[in-house]
This record gives sequence, structure tokens and C-alpha cells, in this order.
Amino acid sequence: MEIDHPVVELRRVSKSFGRQRVLDDIDLRVERGKNTVIIGRSGTGKSVLLKHIVGLLRPDRGEVHFEGQRVDRLTERAWVPVRRQISFVFQLNALFDSMTVLENVAFPMTENRTGRIDHKQIRDLAARCLERVGLTGFEKKRPAELSGGERKRVALARAIAMDPPPKVILYDEPTAGLDPQRSNGINKLIRQMQRDFQVTGVVVTHDMRSAAEVGDRVLMLWGGHFVADGTPQEVMESEEPHVRRFVQGIGEPGDVVTFTR
Amino acid sequence: MPRESIAAGMVARIGAGTIAGVTGALASFGRFWLFSGYTASFIPLEMTSVRGWRRFLPQCFQIGTRSAPVIMLTGMFIGMVLIVQGWAQFDAANMADRLGSIVIISLCQELGPVLAGVMLAGRAGGALTAELGTMNVTEQLLALRSMGADPIRYLVTPRFVACVLLTPLLTIYANLMGTLGAWGVYVLVFQGQSEPFWYYAEQTVEMWDVGSGLFKSVFFGAAIGLVSCYNGFHCKPGAEGVGRACTQSFVTSFILILMLDLFLGFLLNGLYSAWFGFRPLV
Repeated sequence: MEIDHPVVELRRVSKSFGRQRVLDDIDLRVERGKNTVIIGRSGTGKSVLLKHIVGLLRPDRGEVHFEGQRVDRLTERAWVPVRRQISFVFQLNALFDSMTVLENVAFPMTENRTGRIDHKQIRDLAARCLERVGLTGFEKKRPAELSGGERKRVALARAIAMDPPPKVILYDEPTAGLDPQRSNGINKLIRQMQRDFQVTGVVVTHDMRSAAEVGDRVLMLWGGHFVADGTPQEVMESEEPHVRRFVQGIGEPGDVVTFTR
Repeated sequence: MPRESIAAGMVARIGAGTIAGVTGALASFGRFWLFSGYTASFIPLEMTSVRGWRRFLPQCFQIGTRSAPVIMLTGMFIGMVLIVQGWAQFDAANMADRLGSIVIISLCQELGPVLAGVMLAGRAGGALTAELGTMNVTEQLLALRSMGADPIRYLVTPRFVACVLLTPLLTIYANLMGTLGAWGVYVLVFQGQSEPFWYYAEQTVEMWDVGSGLFKSVFFGAAIGLVSCYNGFHCKPGAEGVGRACTQSFVTSFILILMLDLFLGFLLNGLYSAWFGFRPLV
């Protein structure tokens, strides 16, 4: 049976911090099984938007829907079953320093264990997730012993370490701070996860190369609104002034960059 | 601009600043009590589950075992210095035999619990704030929430329970070491007689003295646990934010310990007088 509603939907969502309105009547329908990429300058509210999807922030106005269910008014306790279907890869990875790599990856399953799988199965599944991201042999290491790229891969392994796998993975700047080769590796992993688990991805980035590689659809956030929406190719070739300047790396009028000796 | 307008503007700004400050303080106070209530609501769940105990026991090690040496050392030196300070007066009054009992009562009722609390606030409380603050600024608290785990249940409740249960235990250590330190200086430095020291201690020190100190230390432990975790959870971003939270955590815990000590002292003295009447110590 075809499911007609989008997996994630934001309806007229607004969010302000103090006097600064970050999201202004945003509408977004995230298509099932596709990677939706949200691009934009730093501080335009991309991460804020992602946090609304998983309930880490609540909108001032508007509605957030997951699988057709309105979720923005749920209590923390009622969010738990919804969050079991969503994974979040944080910009700073958010690995737990006090745990080993294997314990980090196994954490979502350990925490949400329903009795269907035992501890040995959880460990085996976590080890398989690490194998999938090319980190076999890293099980007993601590996050502090890993490089930036390895930490990112552990975070990706943790994102898929759920039984059943998540329906949606939210990626917050997945290639931030990585060299081009490692970024490429992360992009491939994101595509691989989408292919292998039929998972829906929402990727926030300001890396245009990454957006083109992982995105089926790209939207650009500017001034609290989406100013572009299309395939990566369409957005790259857009004539919308903000989009054009962002893609070409040209500063906005009024941007002041001064160097003093 | 006329002078009256400038003065009116200044008054308005001062007024607005005062109102904002008071409102902020009240909001923070309210948030703290909500945080405390939420933390306490998880105690039955945490203490009756295997996973809860797996989180609780490492905290006992961190907060209790690791703090024990410094608290024992502090207690011992306080016991020693009290004998040094009191010897001349008691000896002149020909009551040196009673000095030990007075020192032990001071230790058990006041100095043991207060110093154990202050040392715990500095050592364990600072570490708790730094740990949770770092987790906060590196999005680990958000990650816990996003994975369906409640950060307060997962991180705060075990630390709070460990503080509440271990502060009295550490106070006992401080009292014991203080007593031994006092006895050591009394006998070895001032050549006092060991037998009357223990005889008068046994005659004078009551279970009430020990119990009231331990009773107070439970509240000190609760204050340290809640204040430290609250500051860690609400610290500002960056290394500076974590550093400030640690300082604020220690200062607030310290002041709270002293305030609680005063109010609980009034309460316990009142209860003692009502139940047992006046007790002469010398």
C-alpha cells in the first residue's frame, strides 16, 4: 500500500531567539527514501530546523508532523517512541567520552531495548555497524583516541545502530572540519545508508560539493525562508541572487570584511 | 537634552535593569526547583533497576572513594588544630582532660559535616559541573535526548543519590580522622593522658551529636548534587562557560551549606532542648 503522507512535514513553522526570528513560516515536506539537503550560510537556522524535527526544539508557531502524526506538542515521554525512529548525527558528533566506541554505537539499542534482542545481539549488531563504516578493530577505543573522520564515522555507525533501522537520519554538517578525501568518504556512506536501509535523510550543510553528491533535493534557507528548492543541478544553476552568491562563494552586499594590521 | 530627561532616562534604565534582574533570578529559582523535582521523581525507578545501579555505582566511586582521602586529611588536621588552639585555655583552667570531648562534639556537630560538605563541593561538585557542562556544550545532552534517554534520569539522578548517600559516610570519615588527629596531638604533642581523653569523650559525646551532624550532611549532599548538576546542565557555551559554571557551582554550594547549617542548627538545638533540656558540657 502506498503511503501518501510525507515522512516529515513542517507547516508554517516559526522560531525566534530573543528578537531574532530564525525560522519564519517555514513549510517543508520531506519525501520518503530521498535525501533532502538544506544549505545556507552559517547562523541561518539550518540546525535549528533539524532540531525541530526530532523535538529538541519546539516551534513558537506552526506544526511538525512525523509519519502523519503531529509531534510538536508531545511531552518528552511521548517523544520517546518517535525518537526511536529518527537518528541524529550531530555536528560535533556528540560521542560519549566515558564509553568505548562499541558502547557508543550500541547505546541507542541498549537504551531502547524492548526485550526483542539480548545484550549479545546488541553487541554483534553494533560491531556490524562499525564494520559497515570501516572501523572494525576500533571497538575498545575511546572517542578521544580517534581522529575527526573516525569520530564522524562512529557517529554514522551509531545513527544506523537501531533495530529496526531508523526511518529518518538527520545529519548536521556531516562533513564539517574534514579534508576533501574524508568528506568524500562520509558522502559515500550517507548514500550507502540511504540505499541499504531505504532511509530518508535530511542533511544540513554549507558544503556545496557534499550537497551535490548526497542530495536528491536541495533547499536553501535565507532570512528564515526557503529561497531555492530543486535538484542539486537546478539549485547550482539558479539565478536567485542569494543562491547564486552562496554557490559562487561571493559575499552578500553589506557583508563587511576588514583586515587591520 | 534637558537634565530632567537624562535623569529620567537613567532612572528608567536602572528600574528596567532591576526588574529584569529580579525576574531572571526568580525564573532561575523556579527552574532549579523544577529540575530538583524532576531529578527526585526518577529515584524509585533508578534504584529499583539493574541499569540504574550500573549508573549509580561508578558515581559512588567518583564522588565517594575518590573524595575520601582529601576529606579524611581535612578532618584530621581540623581535629589537630582544635587541640592546639584550645589547649592553653583548658590547661589554665585545669580542665585539659575535657578538651578532647569538646573538640569531638565540635567535630561531630559542626566541623565534620561542614568541612566534608565544602571539600566535596570543591572536589566532586566541581568535577560534576565540569563533566556535565562539557557534555552540554558538546551536544551530548541533546544526543541523549535524541536517542530517547532522559539526561536527568540518566546523568543527574545517580549523581544526586550518590551525593546524598555518600556525604554522611564521608562525614563519618572526617569525624573519625578528626578525633584521631585530636587524640594524637593531645597525647604526643601536649603529653596529655590518653585515658581521661577517651573517658570524658565517652561520658560527654552523645549519639545525638553524631546523628545531628550526619542528618545535616544529608542536606549538604543534596545541595551539592543538585547545584552542581544544575549548573552543568545550564552552563553557557565554550570553555569559559564551563569554567564559570564550575566556579558558580562551588560558590552556591558553599553558601547553601552554610545557610543550611544555620537553619538546621536552630532546628536541631530547639528539638534537643525540647526533648532533653539543657546539657552542660563542662
